[in-house]
Amino acid sequence: MSLQSERFAVANPISALADMLAHPFIVHALLAGTAIAIVCGLVGYFVVLRGQVFAGDALGHVAYTGAFAALALGLDLRIGMFAATVGAGLILGLLGGRSIADDVTIGTVFSWVLGLGVFFLAYYTTHGSTSNGAANVNVLFGSIFGISTSDMWAAVAVAAVLAVAMLTIARPLLFASIDSAVAGAAGVPVRALGALFLALVGATAAEASQIVGALLLFGLLAAPAAAARRFTPDPWRALWLAALLATASVWAGIVISYVAPALPVSFAIMTVAAALYAVSFLRHTWARSAASPAHGAVM
Amino acid sequence: MGYGLSWDLAYDVQLMFSYPFMVNAFRAGTIVAVIAATIGWFMVLRAQSFAGHTLAVVGFPGAAAATWLGVATGYGYFGFCVAGALVIAALPQHTGRNASAEQSAVIGTVQAFALACGYLFVSLYKGFLSGMTNLLFGTIVGVTNTQVLVLLASAVPCLGVLIAIGRPLLFASIDPDLARARGVPVRAVGALFLVLLGVAAAGTSQVTGSLLVFALLVAPAATAHKLTSRPSVGIAAAIVLALLATWIGETLAFFTVYPIGFWVTTVSFAGYLSASIWRALADRVGRSPRVSAPAAAPAGARS
Repeated sequence: MSLQSERFAVANPISALADMLAHPFIVHALLAGTAIAIVCGLVGYFVVLRGQVFAGDALGHVAYTGAFAALALGLDLRIGMFAATVGAGLILGLLGGRSIADDVTIGTVFSWVLGLGVFFLAYYTTHGSTSNGAANVNVLFGSIFGISTSDMWAAVAVAAVLAVAMLTIARPLLFASIDSAVAGAAGVPVRALGALFLALVGATAAEASQIVGALLLFGLLAAPAAAARRFTPDPWRALWLAALLATASVWAGIVISYVAPALPVSFAIMTVAAALYAVSFLRHTWARSAASPAHGAVM
Repeated sequence: MGYGLSWDLAYDVQLMFSYPFMVNAFRAGTIVAVIAATIGWFMVLRAQSFAGHTLAVVGFPGAAAATWLGVATGYGYFGFCVAGALVIAALPQHTGRNASAEQSAVIGTVQAFALACGYLFVSLYKGFLSGMTNLLFGTIVGVTNTQVLVLLASAVPCLGVLIAIGRPLLFASIDPDLARARGVPVRAVGALFLVLLGVAAAGTSQVTGSLLVFALLVAPAATAHKLTSRPSVGIAAAIVLALLATWIGETLAFFTVYPIGFWVTTVSFAGYLSASIWRALADRVGRSPRVSAPAAAPAGARS
């Protein structure tokens, strides 16, 4: 990362790449980031399809509170994150069937949950025996460059389980998302599937918190998926394209942050993801205006 | 802060107000509570609470950029929130939870990107990472005299405009089609209201932090909507509730080690929860004579 190596980078991109990959923290970030990004893309596609982006936002708040509750109790913060987000996802999913909650109630409840997280943060920083000053920033905005070897393998293993689970329920979930009444009549357990899916979103939120943080993870769920849906109308292609775009965002973000260390990596990832969505939006608009009015009217 | 109670209430109150920063915190909190409750009441009526949340989130990069550039954070909050309000007003309608799947994804992307930009500015301004917690979750220390004056200078015209457009705004919020037919410029009134909402969100962010604005902007207003459907009584109730939440929150933040963000959200949430339970009980017993049935409907309406 020194000035010399950057000059060298301009001259020879291949050896600059080798230079970059010689850092273990970059390799860890790329491997864990890829695994998590694929899950984010797959799960995010259904989050957007089902109009549940705000649930992703809410689960991010829960992840923050869970992390600091665990730290205040002296546990690994990932235990608290996963327990809190999966639990909250299940509860949201089971309540959601009755649609009792309006946006004011949901917003007020999750605002309080975040307030509770602030309580645990204060408790942890005043009572904690081990002082971990960066914990707040790491939970809020992620710490992909701080992933150790064991953390990396844990993240990859969890991501693999989540991806398999997501793909297992993908077909009935797609059916239930597009037409829940018909799916229910055809014997698909719509309600249970919805709850299971939100539990998966919760686990994904806890995973994604590690790379982009609790505050930005719903952007990584929403942006690649929304872009993929604009690029292709086919649901299965869009599903895989969402995973691909999320992975591309994470890779590009890591490289940008490596080349320009002043830019935080989660900012770079989020910027690439938002830019991908902007491109898909412009391309779509441009294609629509270029097409004949008869074709344009279809969308 | 953790100053500890002495159980002599008069002495405790005296002690609290002997600190100039607490006096300023109460001044700022009072101004913000009044404006947040009043504008929040209309916001809940119009089901625009997520627009309010988005505006507050947009204020975070504003405040962070202001700090990075060495300007008072207030300018960043007001600049970004009002600019954000103008953008939302210019966009096609529907920015709430009832927006389509695509629109909610766009709102999510914009919010996440705004937060990411805030994080960028915070990290560009090195050594400010602890201040970020204050921007996100609020603080009672460090409110300057100038900041109080700026809040007052923003709140007074804001309330003046709201009083001027109050009647057509109420009409346009309850029945936009009829209001349009009667010659009310619904779109313009809505846009003007969003700007007022931007000002309110910017002010509230300075007390509760960007992430917890629901505590003052939404919860007291929503509680008031649960209690009564009459606009004048409802707005007054919302103001009282917001003032209580702010004052209790600031007092508790002073006497304990826990920050204002936690206390204000907890007090507001407790109020909202009690009102919801009361409402549910009242509905079960039978319609209470003074509250008409659709009282809370606009708040929850998905339209």
